[in-house]
Amino acid sequence: MSNLVEVRNLNVRFGGERTVYAVNDLNLTLGEGEVLGLLGESGSGKSVTLRALMRLLPKKRTQITGTVNVLGKDVLALDDDELSAFRGQTVSMIFQEPALALDPVYTIGQQIAESVMRHEGKSQAEGVKRALEMLEVVRIPSAKRRLDAYPHEMSGGMRQRAMIALALACKPKILLADEPTTALDATVQIQILLLLRELQREFGMSIIFVTHDIGVAIEICDRVAVMYAGQIVEQGTLSQIVRSAVHPYPQGLLASTVHGAKRGARLETIPGTPPSLDKPPVNCSFAPRCKFAQPRCVEAPPPNVELADNRVVRCILAEQAAAAVPA
Amino acid sequence: MSDIVEEIDKLEPLEDIGGVAQPLLQVVSLTKHFPVRGGLFAPSKTVRAVDDVSFAIAKGETVGIVGESGCGKSTTARLLMHLMPRNSGDIIYDGRTVGRELSLRELRRGMQMVFQDSYASLNPRLTIEESIAFGPKVHGMADKAARLLARELLGKVGLRPETFANRYPHEVSGGQRQRVNIARALALSPRLVILDEAVSALDKSVEAQVLNLLVDLKREFGLTYLFISHDLNVVRYISDRVLVMYLGEVVELGPVDEVWDGPAHPYTRALLAAMPSSDPDNRTETPPITGDPPNPIDPPSGCRFHTRCPFAEAMCGEATPKLTEITVTGHQAACYMAIPGSGHSKAPAAGAH
Repeated sequence: MSNLVEVRNLNVRFGGERTVYAVNDLNLTLGEGEVLGLLGESGSGKSVTLRALMRLLPKKRTQITGTVNVLGKDVLALDDDELSAFRGQTVSMIFQEPALALDPVYTIGQQIAESVMRHEGKSQAEGVKRALEMLEVVRIPSAKRRLDAYPHEMSGGMRQRAMIALALACKPKILLADEPTTALDATVQIQILLLLRELQREFGMSIIFVTHDIGVAIEICDRVAVMYAGQIVEQGTLSQIVRSAVHPYPQGLLASTVHGAKRGARLETIPGTPPSLDKPPVNCSFAPRCKFAQPRCVEAPPPNVELADNRVVRCILAEQAAAAVPA
Repeated sequence: MSDIVEEIDKLEPLEDIGGVAQPLLQVVSLTKHFPVRGGLFAPSKTVRAVDDVSFAIAKGETVGIVGESGCGKSTTARLLMHLMPRNSGDIIYDGRTVGRELSLRELRRGMQMVFQDSYASLNPRLTIEESIAFGPKVHGMADKAARLLARELLGKVGLRPETFANRYPHEVSGGQRQRVNIARALALSPRLVILDEAVSALDKSVEAQVLNLLVDLKREFGLTYLFISHDLNVVRYISDRVLVMYLGEVVELGPVDEVWDGPAHPYTRALLAAMPSSDPDNRTETPPITGDPPNPIDPPSGCRFHTRCPFAEAMCGEATPKLTEITVTGHQAACYMAIPGSGHSKAPAAGAH
């Protein structure tokens, strides 16, 4: 399987009044036709990572180091023209709030047509035709009429469908999804998740899906990378992470879900709160909250241990697990 | 160690009047309509945010309200707290009707609320200690005693008073701020606490901590909770009974396990089925219902769910089904399919119970 996306040693630092070390030494790959979940709590750096892949972070205040390779292209080295050709055609993105991501003064049809005209050099008429096709693909009822609708005239679920139609209009190889279902109602969220799953299969695209909700990740991802304090602490297949996480953070996160907990019984918790990111990590960022912490954990950064089957864990506990697997 | 333990003043909770059998809170036909102005010549419309909602909360019980956005769950909470005027309906606190037998000032002593946005609900210019002490001072407590009480309560919600008392809201994390809000709600010794999406904005690992705290505080202070949330897992964990709302109406209510294991209303079934799976090998395959919730401005006639209901028949669009007992344990549903002899083809025969 060839990798569409390869990120090596990515660091993202925000300057300004105070420095924030948002992403630290992050490595990830995305295979063809794969859905990778970036799972983490607020401030863990998952959205920043996604935005770095598309160079959407404000230029002046952001320092990015490392390499981001998408389809063999070095994204960090693209100039402005190359970048705008790259966005929308090769890689496309959908956001949490479609009401903010769509342009309020153009109709849905115009916005989709514009993207097709810009990237594929098609005529206006062809663009509108594609727009109609796309609205049907995302199953917007009475699509023809909706072409002339403005974003504010649609409901939340409908707007999210329209944004997916816009993002997929030029058949990108890679879709970046930043919590696209978080703002939706429960009965609508599941519809959008199933739609994305279906379109992913139909179009054969790869998706990086950012979420804070393990349930959502279970519904859509093949592989999951769990983030904490700007680093990926564990990545593996969905069932590896859900059933047999090695790193204490995903372990604790899964144990603390309320699902199926007995009423009145105490919930498992992870004590404490995530660290502020005003210093670069010099040791394990999770150590202060970890019940297995050892002196080694606070002395030096934990090793990135590679277990069998593409599974990577950033924790000294994984060394024992690695030793247990016959080489 | 000092032997002299400083006596901490507390406001006395409102007296228990009716005993255990009397519900702590009774809500009768609560209604709130918001007028929406139409265009220049268009007729004005109304949002039926809360429409004829009735329920009761027993002493020591936790009642959950679930529903999607726009279903009226937060409006219900605000009406109970008298943060906005209602169109009609009675709110009866421990047998005393608010407005007639119980003043608003007394009600606020007996009922407090914690909001979703932990930052917006604290005064940014007051320290945490001042915020917590504010309520008791308004109700006549001396400044020094109120501050002592505030520090005591900070300890109760798991924040060390020495560290946190003099900080401002922006200096603490979201989970800690929500603990402060809980401490502030407890400062007036209320018997009922309304938690409106109080853990929804928190990260999962912090949410579990706050839920544990709520369970502990309930036991220690003998509290009664009204717990509003869109997260069905959380509601099941914390509630004894649950109300399911859809477009301003209660469509189902009952003991939480009964409703979860045997939902009688098709909307409740859809809501439960829409929860993401927790098993990677057993993902959801088909969406339980299609479409978005309708606009609460001029909602559908009859049963408000009939536009999305797979079992809707002609009668469903004509008249609203009443909430009807379906078991002896107080499980009620507003659906013709659950009402014996209603005339719906899937309804049980009359008299079969």
